[in-house]
Amino acid sequence: MAKGSAGTFEGSAHVAPPGEIDTRHGVILYMENVTVSFDGFKALNDLSLYIDDGELRCIIGPNGAGKTTMMDVITGKTRPDTGSVFLGQGTDLTTMSEYQIANAGVGRKFQKPTIFPTHTVFENLELAMQSDKRVWPSLFARLTGEQRDKIAQVMATIGLTEVCYSPAGLLSHGQKQWLEIGMLLMQEPRVLLVDEPVAGMTHQEMDRTAALLTGLAGEHSVVVVEHDMAFVRSIARKVTVLHQGSVLAEGDMDTVQNDPRVVEVYLGA
Amino acid sequence: MQWFDLKSDRGGTIFLGLLTLVTLVVIVANQLIPAGSSLHLSTFTVTLLGKYLCYALLAIALDLVWGYCGILSLGHGAFFALGGYGMGMYLMRQIGDRGVYGNPLLPDFMVFLNWDKLPWFWHGFDHFWFAMLMVMLVPGGLAFTFGWLAFRSRVTGVYLSIMTQALTYALMLAFFRNEMGFGGNNGLTDFKDILGFSLQADSTRVVIFLASALALAGGYLLSRWVVRSKAGRVVVAVRDAEDRARFVGYKVESFKLAIFVLSAVLAGIAGALYVPQVGIINPGEFSPLNSIELAIWVALGGRGYLYGAVMGAVLVNYAKTYLTGAMPDAWLFALGGLFVVATLFLPKGVVGWFEGLSTRRKTEEVARG
Repeated sequence: MAKGSAGTFEGSAHVAPPGEIDTRHGVILYMENVTVSFDGFKALNDLSLYIDDGELRCIIGPNGAGKTTMMDVITGKTRPDTGSVFLGQGTDLTTMSEYQIANAGVGRKFQKPTIFPTHTVFENLELAMQSDKRVWPSLFARLTGEQRDKIAQVMATIGLTEVCYSPAGLLSHGQKQWLEIGMLLMQEPRVLLVDEPVAGMTHQEMDRTAALLTGLAGEHSVVVVEHDMAFVRSIARKVTVLHQGSVLAEGDMDTVQNDPRVVEVYLGA
Repeated sequence: MQWFDLKSDRGGTIFLGLLTLVTLVVIVANQLIPAGSSLHLSTFTVTLLGKYLCYALLAIALDLVWGYCGILSLGHGAFFALGGYGMGMYLMRQIGDRGVYGNPLLPDFMVFLNWDKLPWFWHGFDHFWFAMLMVMLVPGGLAFTFGWLAFRSRVTGVYLSIMTQALTYALMLAFFRNEMGFGGNNGLTDFKDILGFSLQADSTRVVIFLASALALAGGYLLSRWVVRSKAGRVVVAVRDAEDRARFVGYKVESFKLAIFVLSAVLAGIAGALYVPQVGIINPGEFSPLNSIELAIWVALGGRGYLYGAVMGAVLVNYAKTYLTGAMPDAWLFALGGLFVVATLFLPKGVVGWFEGLSTRRKTEEVARG
């Protein structure tokens, strides 16, 4: 063939091919100078945050620190007033809508477990599975054996095989949390945003969740927002403290906990 | 094929079986049994039943958007009426020079208004195929435009219901105007024949009844295929947890739009079959009251079952036919009463209540071992 089919042209190398995320610089998620204000209140104030490919990051901070707003900005639910949000080098998330961001490889677990209550556990996972999610292909979609295996595998990982055909609305609170995490896994995202995964869980469930999340890091990048300090300590390698919409401190758990500014925010005045 | 898989759909099997039985009995009792016999079914009754079938198809259409997608449209009568007008325009053109004024081209009301030529949008309606295309395209197109604007702006819940209500009300006011060119207050009527067959003939009536039965069965099978596909499961997911569906990667607006347009097309077909049976279409069909009554049929029959909507439509309309004959003043009280009963005691409708009973029985059997 003649030289130079457009895709291999050197000059266009900085644009990641569609469907792939360019992480050659080791960073998968960039938030730079992001500001979001609601009626004058700055929920995020010049926030800059970098998540490395494959890392497990915990975000902590007092109420109103901007943790959930940060997730809203990344997933396209809220548009930033200023600042940029990039997935890898080339994917500008601020111009994309929620479903596009989800299909680009960002999965999100809500604070309150949100699943499809009248669908069975199996169907919940099936709907979340990575596939062509447009209307027409969905109309004719049939599960392949491979896809069934994948669902079965995730179902085993989250320990819900026994309730496979129960409506998800009948699950316990902890099981719903797990199902939602399972749905994230089915999406095969590169970045998982997990909002308070252990709220309302027993200690055993918490331990299993910790094991699951640490197991996911590496292959995926995982960002966990959590209030439960014991849980954060059990999984965290790197912790970011948010306060009044920007980063107050960053580092490993011990450094952060001994930082006088962090102590002041959590305990002082 | 999933299309014909009736094993896992007991209610649907019963419904399709009953529909076939009723259709056969009606044809035999009207056509083969002589008029003098006590088993003979009058053509009036055939037409009445045909009307019920059209209402049933309309109810299925509403159930698709309300029962499965959670969009309570209180303006579905608009799509039904538009389909009806499409058929009405064809039937008007078929009158030819047999109208009161004998004009070969213009329908009577246009002659009466001193119009000298056919408005552009009446062209083509002398062809049956064109009219039938419009019966689907016009309601579908309106639903597409309305839905595209509304769903994209994320208008949901009661606000959307009010907007659909406003839509049908606005269309009613527009169609009341003579200048619109659809016969104004009187609408379109005085039809003579369809595809060359006289509308007064018993055999034509029976064929239209049969067509309504086929449309209902076809509409049911198509709707069931859609709601059982993965796209159907996405639609229910949107109803139950819209944000989750969005963050899982579905473009929620597209799914809502698709089901809304399909529903409008089915409603249009129902309207087109309705008009030759009642012999008239006028702006009253756009009345918001009709659309609200339709919601009551579906609520009473049971949302999210498809055949539940059919049952609701037939039950309520039978009650209406009976009561407006026997006790005309009581009908509106009965309708209001049905609504209260459905809301308080049968939140899942009659079908949902039966389903609940059979589930409970199964659970008890399991418990007994």
